[in-house]
Parts: sequence; structure tokens; C-alpha cells
Amino acid sequence: MSQTIKLNKGFNINLAGKAENKISQTDQPETFAIKPAEFNHLTMAKMLVNEGDNVKAGTPIFFEKTMEDVVFCAPVSGEIAEIKRGEKRKVMEVRILADKEVEFQKSKTYSTSDISNLDRETAQGVLTKGGVWPNIVQRPYGCVANPTDTPKAIFISAFDSNPQAPDYGFIFEGCEQYFQAGVNALKKFTTGKIHLNTNLNTEVSPLFAKAENVEHNKISGMHPAGNVGVQIHHIDPINKGELVWTIAPQGVIEIGKLLLDGVYDTAKLVAVTGSQIENPSYVKTYSGACLNKLIAGNVKAGDNRFISGNVLTGESVGEDGYLSFYHQQVTVIPEGKYEELFGWITPSTKKLSFHKAFGLLSFLGGSNKEYVLDTNQHGEHRNFVMTGAFEKVLPMDILPNYLFKAILAEDFDDMEALGIYELVEEDVALCEFIDVSKHNLQEILREGIQLIKHG
Amino acid sequence: MKFLQKKFDSVKHHFEKGGKWEKFHPIYEGHRTIFFAPDLVTGKKGAQIKDGNDLKRMMFTVIIAMIPCLLFGMWNVGHQHYLATGVDATLLDKFLIGAIRTVPIIAVSYGVGLFTEFVFCVVRQHPVEEGFLVSGLLIPLVMPPTIPLWQVGMATVFAVIIGKEVFGGTGMNILNVALLARAFLYFAYPSQISGDVWTYLGETPAVDGFSGATILAYGAEAAAANTDMMQMVAGHWSAGMFDFWNMFMGIMPGSIGETSTLMCLIGAVILIATGVGSWKIILSVFVGAFAMGSLFNLTGGNSFLQMPAHYHLVIGGLAFGAVFMATDPVSAAHTELGKWIYGFLIGVLTVLIRVVNPAYPEGIMLAILFMNVFAPLIDFYVVEANKKRRLKRATV
Repeated sequence: MSQTIKLNKGFNINLAGKAENKISQTDQPETFAIKPAEFNHLTMAKMLVNEGDNVKAGTPIFFEKTMEDVVFCAPVSGEIAEIKRGEKRKVMEVRILADKEVEFQKSKTYSTSDISNLDRETAQGVLTKGGVWPNIVQRPYGCVANPTDTPKAIFISAFDSNPQAPDYGFIFEGCEQYFQAGVNALKKFTTGKIHLNTNLNTEVSPLFAKAENVEHNKISGMHPAGNVGVQIHHIDPINKGELVWTIAPQGVIEIGKLLLDGVYDTAKLVAVTGSQIENPSYVKTYSGACLNKLIAGNVKAGDNRFISGNVLTGESVGEDGYLSFYHQQVTVIPEGKYEELFGWITPSTKKLSFHKAFGLLSFLGGSNKEYVLDTNQHGEHRNFVMTGAFEKVLPMDILPNYLFKAILAEDFDDMEALGIYELVEEDVALCEFIDVSKHNLQEILREGIQLIKHG
Repeated sequence: MKFLQKKFDSVKHHFEKGGKWEKFHPIYEGHRTIFFAPDLVTGKKGAQIKDGNDLKRMMFTVIIAMIPCLLFGMWNVGHQHYLATGVDATLLDKFLIGAIRTVPIIAVSYGVGLFTEFVFCVVRQHPVEEGFLVSGLLIPLVMPPTIPLWQVGMATVFAVIIGKEVFGGTGMNILNVALLARAFLYFAYPSQISGDVWTYLGETPAVDGFSGATILAYGAEAAAANTDMMQMVAGHWSAGMFDFWNMFMGIMPGSIGETSTLMCLIGAVILIATGVGSWKIILSVFVGAFAMGSLFNLTGGNSFLQMPAHYHLVIGGLAFGAVFMATDPVSAAHTELGKWIYGFLIGVLTVLIRVVNPAYPEGIMLAILFMNVFAPLIDFYVVEANKKRRLKRATV
């Protein structure tokens, strides 16, 4: 049964520098990287290539010791320029010096009817060997799915409600065929449904509206309505011992391309956003691109922060850092390393706040006003004091305060009972934003998930 | 601004690791952050931007909400003084004498309290936290104007140490710090915080027939002697003092800041509009008190039990307690459902203690402290219910 879910809780962060729906021409970055560290719970990446090797797009780079079938592949062709290692020789980053023209490693192609006749084992083999598997993320834990599991359902969120988020209707235009092929392949892995959740309040692009083999659900509400975790909670929640998979539309399309065209093609449109970008728009590149070329000549002067992803869940990677595997957005905002005279009490309409404490007047601006925010934390870290606020931005039947305290106390029973299986970092990102005590709640949650997974 | 920054920078190295006053770093940081919002930036991973609100702003909002109570309280102390001594005085005179009584109490409360905080910050090496900004003003407002200053100091030290710091500072306390200060005095030095202490007379003799009794004292007396309370109230030396609207305005003897329900309601509007205080708690305290008062009206018994239920809302410290004490987010219930229960029971208990227990004429202080202790229990059941819902879902 299709469901329509209306969420009342949440908070939209309306920031200046949203990408205009056009594609800007840029040079392709010279280097690309794949970062084992960004995949949650990868314990040990085993390298399959050495520095100096030549690879094609789709050549396996490393695999994970505990899931040997799943290979992580090169997004572009070129030469392995550097394998950066950290403590205990743990692989942090594999850099590829890219060829001018991307050369793909060809594998078998399947027609639409072939795909419907595929059995699960074959499909599993193709997806895991083809580099697209890491797109499939498992809940609980938010880690790369184990191919031998059978999830009770698969969820795809067809919109992103994060600040300055890319417009899925625009970036996936023309990918209908691939998306459908991807969905059909995914269908082999679950006995349950594939839920495709679209935004009730906006026009749904034909890519999603016409998709078959899926359950169409409609979601309305402020951010985090687009978070797949929130959608799961309302559509078919995860209980102890249950497993669901999630995948972003980009991942579904990559699966489709692998099957129909026989290539690991991570070509994607990336939204270049943020108040420090001159002309926010989209650029075309591949997974793991170095940011520098994507934003070259488009950044305003000043002390800037370069973020892979959005301002709520992203990572500051620096101007020469790399786009994360899962990200489809680059954000550049000003750094906020300054002291402000009596900044803790002077009234301001410029400081965006979920709260309305004395002098925080941003609520007067209405929902259409765009804000320019920097990275200043606006206060020091304190113990938890305020209550009842987190609940207002987390549209789930979860008591965030108690969950965070259970994690800090390393109380496994309570973490489990209070719903840690249903959450990943992005779901508490708004809580982190509004926290008056300035806790790094996403980090706390990740620690809790690590604890409960690995003990 | 540059000048101040330079001043701070010039002494900074003394307070850093290896400096001669290394241990006093929290004090340095505490002062610097009063002048300047710190230059801290968000971490590498996770939220790259943060909300403009912080604990300092939140606490300061509470102080702003208390200002009407404070100003009215100063005037009222003076007004009651001149009324009792039968001297005509101007608004300014009343305000001045009120300020002369009140300001030293505030100074002692903040001075002693902050000093105690600083000592703990240095010993325990934790940052100076904002909680006492509010407690430091709450304490004077719940004191009688005649309170000896040394008692204010003692109570503050006790409340800060036993009420808060031993648990780990702001955010970790179980009891409301300001009420603990009052409770300390109530049990340690009862003669200075009960009886005829609510009107400041000074050296001037009172007018004939003067009585410093509050309406609660009348009630307790009437209940004990089985006389008619309302008749006694009507015969009060200052006619009309205990009329409902006069009491709503707060022109009667009492603790410095808590006599005026109107001023408390202005504070409540500020707290609710800014989202700093929980409207659920404030409303449910009033509802609880009114419900219990009405129940007593129905059962009857003595004249205090029959006092109109709405009187309970404007007498004693109920309004002040409901708005400023019960809403302390740390010691109140933390869950939203819990807040309703917590507030309601505070209201019920306040009236119960007032009317039925002759030993404690005012019940709000003990009711809130009692419910502070019970708040975790209420929350426990609310949280358990949440867990059960999750478990139940699994078996459906």
C-alpha cells in the first residue's frame, strides 16, 4: 500500500547560494580519489593495486576483508598516483591521476528482459564485482550492505531536503531507463518491497513518477523529511533483528548503467553551492573528484571552508580535497574564526536560529529569506541543559536526549531500546545544528553505533 | 574592541598550559567569553554551521524575564515599608528604600555564588558555566526583604556546592539551586524566613494595628482555630490588601520578587515567546493548583479549605515558582508528557501543603523540590513507554 506521510516536525535551513538549474563547463579534475575511511565499518581495506599501476574506470582497487566479494573500483581511468596510509598502515586514500578521456573496463551487458530473468546470484555477482555495490547501505548501522543478507525492504528517497540540496529532477533528467533497470535488479535482493519516496509538495520528475516495480510513497514536511531514515521510520520501521537497505537514486542509476551498458560509470552532476560561490550551478564529473577544478574561478575571496556534501552532514576537505563517494554536492561557506563583541547577547536578524531566545530575530524573516552562515559555533560546549528541543526537529518517535545520554554512558541495552538501530548521523544533524550546548551529536551517535556493532 | 582583545591577548600566555596561572584558565576564559563570543568553529565532519543560540543567551533571556518581578519587587518593598509605618512617600522614595534593601542581597548572592563557582572551576578544571547567572538573581527574589546578608551568603554557598557542583555543575543538578538556598534557610534559620519577616520596617515603629501576616498565615490560623478566614482577611489593618485583584497585582508583603502574579505572567510571556521556558509546565502548575483548590472547596471542612480556588493562584509564591522555578529545564521533567504530569503535581502539592499541613504555610517551595526529586521517576515511565512502543511494533 502506498502511503502518504505528513510530517510536522523539522526545520528548513534556507541558505544563500543554491545551485541554479544549469550545467557549468569546467575542466575535469586531474586527480580523483577513493577513500576507504569514508565507508562506515570497513575494518581493513586490502589493496588490489600498487602505486604506478594503470587502471580503467571499473578496475577493482581494494576489497574489504570481511566481505571479500565486494570490490571498490576506480571511478576513472589513469595511473594510481598515491596510496596514502595512516596509522598501522591503514589505507586512507587512493589517488588516481586521471586520463584525459575516461576509458571504461567493459563487462557483459544485459538487456531489459535479461535483467528481469536474472537470478539473484548472478545479479549479486555482477553488482559486487562491478563496483556499484557500496552504493547500497544497510540499516541499522549505516554501513555498506552485506550481499549475502536479504533485507525486508529497500528504500529510495527521491528528494533531498538538506540545505542547498541538489534538485533530483534536474540532475537525473534522462536517466529513466537506467533507474528502472537498477530498480529491477535490486528487486532480486528483497522479498519485500522497494519503497520510492517522493516529495508531496513538489512536482515529481517523470523518472520517479513513472518508475515501476516500486511502492510509491509521498512525504511532506520540512527537513529532514527527505532523509531516508525518517521515511523508513514511518513506512516500515526497523525493529531489532531486522534489516533494510537504502540507496540513493544516483546509486540505482549506476547499477542500471552497469547492467545495460556494461560499464562502471559514476558520471554525475554535482551541485556547487554555498554563499562563497559566485555562480552556484551544477558541474559534471565522476565520483571522488578533486574539488579544485570544479570550483575554479567560481569562489569568492576570503577565508573559506570547502565542504564535500552539504552544511549539515558534510565534511570539510579543503580546496584540494576530494568529493566523497556518496556526495553529490560541494559547498563553500566562509570560515567563522572571529570573536564577536558581546556576540552572545546582541540582537541579530542575520544569525539563523531555530530558537527565539532574546535577540535571535531570524524568525521574523519568514521562510523565504536566505541566510549567509559561517562556521562559527556561536558559543562554547556545555552540558545538556535544554530539553524538548531535539524532539521538534526529529520527526520520529525517539527521545534523542535519552539516546545520547545512553550512548555517553555506554549503556547498550538502553541504546537498543531507545532506537539506535533506526538512526544514522544525518538523522540527528538538525539536532546538532540547534543544540545550544554545542555537542557534536553526529559523532556521538556514530560512536554509539560503533559500540553496538563491534562492542 | 581591538583594545580589549589586545588586553586579553597580552595576559593570555599566563593562563595557557605552562603559564604561571595555568590553573586559572577557566576564569580567564570565563571572563573573555563575557566580552567576546568565542572564535570557535565547527568540526571537520558533521554540522558545518551552528544555530545562533547558546547557553549564555538562553540564560540571559531568563534574567530579562525576571526584570519586571525585580523592579516591581523593589518598589513593593518600599511601598510596604511606608504603608506599615504610616508615612506618605513618593514613588521614588519607595523605590529607593526597596533598592537599599534589595541590591545588597543581590550583590551578596552573585558575589558569593560566583566566587564559589570560580573556586570549583579552578579545582575541577571545568569551564565557568552560565547556570548561576539565573540562580544568582532567583535567590534574592525568593528571600524576605529583612533577611540578614550573612544568611544569604551561607545559603548561596550551600546551594551552589551541595545543589550543583557536587553533581558536576550546570546541567547535572537534581534540585533547583535557588529553591535549595531557600530551603536551607527555612530549615536552618526558620525564624528569619517565616513569621513577621515579610515587611521591612527598619527603625521606624509600625502603625497601630499593623500585622505583618500574609494571607497564608491568616489561612493557617483560621484553620487551626476554626474561625472564618475571609472575615479575618476583611478586617485586615490595611483595607483591601487581600482583595483578589490587589493580590494579583502583588501589592502585599512577601518575598522580594514573588508577590506579583501580573509581573510573573509578564515573565511567563517572555519565557514562552522565546521558547526558553516550557509553557506546558507553567500552565499545568496553575491548572493543578486550581484543581486542588476546587476539590477542597467541594469537600469543605474549615474556612481555609473553602477559600476560593482562584485565590490560590495569586497568593504566596505560586506564580513565581511556576514561571521561574518549575521551568528550570535541568531539574524539571525532561520528557514532554512528563512536563505535564510534573507541573500538575506541583500545583496539586502546593495547595495540599498550604491548606492541610499547618507547619508550612507556603507550599510551592517544597512542592517543587519534591517534584524535582520525582521528575526522573516520571521521565522513567515516559521513557519506558517509548521503549515499549518500539518493542510492541516488532511483534505486530
